[in-house]
Amino acid sequence: MPELARAAWSRRLLLALLLAPALLWLSLLIVLPHLDLALLSFRERIAPRQFVPSLAQYRTFFTEPLYWHVFLRTALMSAGATALTLLVAFPIAWTIAKLARGRMSALLFVVCLIPFWVSETVRTLGWMILLRESGVLPQLLVHLGITAQPVELLYHDATILVGLVYTSLLFMVVPLVGSLESLDNALIEAAYDLGAKGGAILREIVIPHAAPGITAGCIVVFMLTLGNYLTPTLLGGKNSLWFTEQIYNQFITRFNWEQGAAFGFLLLALSTAMVWFGLKASGQRFSDVMRRT
Amino acid sequence: MIPTLPRPAWLRLGTALYVGAFLVFLFLPLVTVAVFAFNNAPYPAPPWHGFTLDWFLGNEASGRVGLFHDSDLLASVWTSTVVACWVTALAVGIGTANAFLMERARFPGKGALSLLMLTPLVIPGVILGISILAFASRIADFLSESFGLEADFLRPGLPLVVLGQFSFIAAIATLTISARLKRFDRTLEEAALNLGASRAAVLWTITLPYLRPALIGSAAIAFLMSFENFNTTLMLVGSDAPLTIMMYGRMREGATPVLNAVSLFLMLASAAIALTLVRRGRSARSD
Repeated sequence: MPELARAAWSRRLLLALLLAPALLWLSLLIVLPHLDLALLSFRERIAPRQFVPSLAQYRTFFTEPLYWHVFLRTALMSAGATALTLLVAFPIAWTIAKLARGRMSALLFVVCLIPFWVSETVRTLGWMILLRESGVLPQLLVHLGITAQPVELLYHDATILVGLVYTSLLFMVVPLVGSLESLDNALIEAAYDLGAKGGAILREIVIPHAAPGITAGCIVVFMLTLGNYLTPTLLGGKNSLWFTEQIYNQFITRFNWEQGAAFGFLLLALSTAMVWFGLKASGQRFSDVMRRT
Repeated sequence: MIPTLPRPAWLRLGTALYVGAFLVFLFLPLVTVAVFAFNNAPYPAPPWHGFTLDWFLGNEASGRVGLFHDSDLLASVWTSTVVACWVTALAVGIGTANAFLMERARFPGKGALSLLMLTPLVIPGVILGISILAFASRIADFLSESFGLEADFLRPGLPLVVLGQFSFIAAIATLTISARLKRFDRTLEEAALNLGASRAAVLWTITLPYLRPALIGSAAIAFLMSFENFNTTLMLVGSDAPLTIMMYGRMREGATPVLNAVSLFLMLASAAIALTLVRRGRSARSD
């Protein structure tokens, strides 16, 4: 039957036409570049334009204390920033999901989102004007008589943390609100009637219910913080010692692509490991988490 | 805890104070940027020296180069706009194709492909940037050594910036458009086909109009994300700097309030886009 054969053929053509862009995109911009980066990281230059396979790049990472110190520091500070973001965002998410009603809740939610539509560059500029020695807050402290001289509030680890928490809030508030809204108030009332105190209700009912949202938020915030470049370098200055900056230095400043590629892979490995661990710990699927945020 | 349970006064007060402090924390940096765009001083720092529009209107002659006469800054705004238009067109186009592929077609390896489509979202932007940079350079080197072809568009520059941003923004567009296509009632298409419409007519008059809110929404998000992207762009940029890269360079040197002036425009533009999207989203839901 030529009619049927033609229909099958045109269906196949349509499938090919739809598959082509997806395959081109994923193979040329994601899969092949990362394979190439892997190859790059596993070779060593022995003479101009002469390369041999080797583990030298990774060996350098472990033998040079600066590199793995910065790596560890970046990981720990990202974890700290993630925990802080959760602490700051939770009461707000609770207020939006449970305390504010109707229009007030929707309004508060939108108001919380607006700053994150603005470029990170602009938000960081704001913090720099606020915090630098000649900036708004140090001047205010002098004016109020708290410090005699203006103090430099930029270029501290705490400053980097404030900046990171600030840029991450949105990615925590959104999944938290989603998971708290689905919690039935009757459960909380029942627990209260049975004599549970606030702390017990939080521990036994709220946190278990909100766990998927908490995990989703933490995964995304950790990942974005780890890969952030702008906030640590501008708010931390020379003291930022952030790992993405090391990658930039190797790749762009020193033109040592082999070393930069190895650093890139180590960062990718840490980021992927944390995502995987977060999913395992909470028993969620990757695609669900991405859809939630 | 919740409004139906008794809450002590200190808890109510504490909540109100916390929300207030949180909002101050959120908006303080933005308000500061906006206010110092109008300060009559060569640096964006206190004290307040009075109101001026110099940082918008000033030119070489007045000694203060304002936004509208800062040709480098204006050029970088234009560069960002061009890049963002390309990224938006590519991402929405391919996102739509992907949505039909994932929601309508059946083929072996579909599960793996849908997972692969999400990976660009979990790869740090810096790494997307360096991997595309390295791969493009390898191809360019190969072309020039084997065939003597100089593929300049594979060297750091705007074409690579477009590709780098597109590589992850396409994933976001795919998610947004797929989500809407999934909720589409296919009996509408079947009814039109039964009534004798061609497949192209069905697509054009029924399916695409239904997808319109998702197409507009993902276009707006793609444009904003491209315009504001820093990490991936930093690795792929050549001699023409987009706005974020230009601002970063000047912020490291300690810039004049002209940066506040351009930031003010960015804030107004993003707020306009955000509010339109929120409003559209609400009316689409109430339909």
